[in-house]
Amino acid sequence: MRPDLFEHPDYYLLDELLTDEHKLVRDATRDWVKRDVSPIIEEYAQNAEFPQQIVKGLAEIGAFGPYIPSEYGGAGLDQISYGLMMQEIERGDSGVRSTCSVQSSLVMYPIYAYGNEEQRMKYLPKLASGEWLGSFGLTEPNFGSNPGGMVTNFKDMGDHYLLNGAKMWISNAPFCHVAVVWAKNEEGRIHGLIVERGMEGFTTPETHNKWSLRASATGELVFDNVKVPKENLLPNKSGLGAPLGCLDSARFGIAWGAIGAAMDCYDTALRYSKERIQFDKPIGAFQLQQKKLAEMITEITKAQLLTFRLGQLKNEGRATTAQISMAKRNNVDMALTIARDARQMLGGMGITGDYPIMRHMMNLESVVTYEGTHDIHLLITGMDVTGIPAFK
Amino acid sequence: MKILVCISHVPDTTAKINFTAGGAALDPNGVQFVINPYDEFGLTKALHLKEKHGGQVTVITFGDATVEATLRKALAIGADDAVRLDGVPTDPMQVAGELAAYAKDQGFDLIICGQESIDYNGGIVPGALAALMNLPFVNACIGLEVDGSNAQLLREIDGGKEQISAALPIVIGGKKGLVEESELRIPNMRGIMTARTKPLAVTPLSGSAALTAASGFTKPAAKAAVQLIDSSNLDELVRRLHEEAKVI
Ligand SMILES: Cc1cc2nc3c(=O)[nH]c(=O)nc-3n(C[C@H](O)[C@H](O)[C@H](O)COP(=O)(O)OP(=O)(O)OC[C@H]3O[C@@H](n4cnc5c(N)ncnc54)[C@H](O)[C@@H]3O)c2cc1C
Ligand SMILES: Cc1cc2nc3c(=O)[nH]c(=O)nc-3n(C[C@H](O)[C@H](O)[C@H](O)COP(=O)(O)OP(=O)(O)OC[C@H]3O[C@@H](n4cnc5c(N)ncnc54)[C@H](O)[C@@H]3O)c2cc1C
Repeated sequence: MRPDLFEHPDYYLLDELLTDEHKLVRDATRDWVKRDVSPIIEEYAQNAEFPQQIVKGLAEIGAFGPYIPSEYGGAGLDQISYGLMMQEIERGDSGVRSTCSVQSSLVMYPIYAYGNEEQRMKYLPKLASGEWLGSFGLTEPNFGSNPGGMVTNFKDMGDHYLLNGAKMWISNAPFCHVAVVWAKNEEGRIHGLIVERGMEGFTTPETHNKWSLRASATGELVFDNVKVPKENLLPNKSGLGAPLGCLDSARFGIAWGAIGAAMDCYDTALRYSKERIQFDKPIGAFQLQQKKLAEMITEITKAQLLTFRLGQLKNEGRATTAQISMAKRNNVDMALTIARDARQMLGGMGITGDYPIMRHMMNLESVVTYEGTHDIHLLITGMDVTGIPAFK
Repeated sequence: MKILVCISHVPDTTAKINFTAGGAALDPNGVQFVINPYDEFGLTKALHLKEKHGGQVTVITFGDATVEATLRKALAIGADDAVRLDGVPTDPMQVAGELAAYAKDQGFDLIICGQESIDYNGGIVPGALAALMNLPFVNACIGLEVDGSNAQLLREIDGGKEQISAALPIVIGGKKGLVEESELRIPNMRGIMTARTKPLAVTPLSGSAALTAASGFTKPAAKAAVQLIDSSNLDELVRRLHEEAKVI
């Protein structure tokens, strides 16, 4: 890939709404992405390989659990800082951002929010330092958008639980040391269990041949009579609301992350449009190309305002699930549209790995599906405004 | 070991520079400021020395409140405390005078400056500071090790290097070579968080006078666009090199 010359657009001077600390968080993350992600990511994505060294780097920069309190190894930063980090990391690659989202919001967050003190002390510092990588098992082969129907289950065997079932499409699964797994007890209530690699009957086959998130590892979690110690049950929350609470946190990060991917596509297309000459003019001089660029920067700016306000609400503990759904849905769709337009603006060059656009575009096809599909988020908004669920 | 790192807060090299006040002052609007790159090498070296020998790294900048973001970044990278000399510097002798007034009673073993600051490129502050404090001075410093009360230094000279030894305390004007680019540190989130509670003292000026005043700046003429002449048209190329560029 070419040298990473990225400069972020800031059409409405949003930097003025950020604190010096926010800007330091963002710029430091960007410096890290430019140094350690951009130069290698294209090759790993082309080879469909997970860049293992990135785990250590993400841990060093503090991307695992940035908002988890420092006594558990996190950085204790606010939600806007978390969002800005996700923006910068996804600007590099959605797959790398996915690794962070899973570790921070889907593994560390439930252990922090629903776990007891022993569980927090046992797992969080090792997850923050990257010594352990975690995964989050909710989706099953027959239950994607409808996770409440899950069949993975556990039985109380007196001194331990016996876990059976399988999870599918699980990010980080092939390399994870621990998995936060959602399963039903004998009464059919959903609980979170911490399953560790090495437990007998627990395997994690990798999912191959993805055209999307190729630099992130995806796989299955298979439980065949796995004996899970009783102290591995997350005690402080159960029911479908527990995993959905984690998803709120991850989707918040995705809403910011998508802006990063969109900015990278816009920045690349804008630069290219000034350099590429056709009919004796830079292509940026043609109205059709200007329309694309103008619409891109308009949509990026709107998305930035949406997430900034959402970040304020989240800092105050007031962001609702429906508000987060709206931002996730809007921003990922916005990023996909921008990626497609930006790709066209680069002509044939746009399909090559010399530029990041095609990789972003393919990655975003996963992002628009995972953590609640584009349709499901619309139904959440619909339910929120009418009071009538239309899922079934 | 007590180390003082003097940090100049400068526009990023990619910033588009404009002037206000009838062309006599830099317009900071839309300009991203960074730690002067020469000073970043010095800061990183100071942290290496602290990690090896123990001690305290203080960073100092003479500037208004806008420079605090740069000082916080230095704290996030690992400096222990920061000082802001509260004022707007306009001249290198004034900067050196204020730095000397602050540093003279503090017992620093090592004062690390950059060889020059990439904004006004004066290259005056470190030497003037050493002179005002009556301390040894090594400029263009590309290597520095401390043993006991002595420093072993390397200085870049035309086409080679000079080895120097000097007793501490000493002032240096440093550059790349003190550490390599790959050793520069990106602040991590825990560093940023701890920087919140590290001391940043705002100190009034001692009253050093500026000896010069800038009355105007001129930007270099914009680079003309490159003109491509087709390889089948060599006569045209020769004509233009001869008649327009007048190089042949
Ligand atoms: C790369 C990748 C990584 C992933 N990582 C994880 C992970 O780490 N952990 C995890 O638990 N899961 C993960 N997932 C799974 C992801 O969350 C699911 O794919 C997603 O929830 C959709 O489920 P599904 O694929 O079964 O699609 P389905 O639910 O089968 O949906 C198929 C289509 O039907 C539509 N649809 C479904 N229900 C309705 C309805 N009621 N009304 C209208 N339309 C409907 C959907 O919008 C979609 O278009 C990952 C997925 C991918 C692709
Ligand atoms: C014409 C003019 C206008 C200026 N206008 C402004 C202004 O509007 N706002 C403003 O903030 N500054 C202003 N400055 C000050 C400028 O930013 C420098 O701080 C000062 O002039 C020294 O510049 P120099 O290029 O001579 O430094 P050099 O001698 O090249 O710097 C060498 C080293 O000295 C140290 N050093 C230099 N400056 C400082 C400092 N301020 N604090 C701590 N250490 C330092 C650093 O270690 C640096 O690497 C102005 C300077 C000039 C000459």
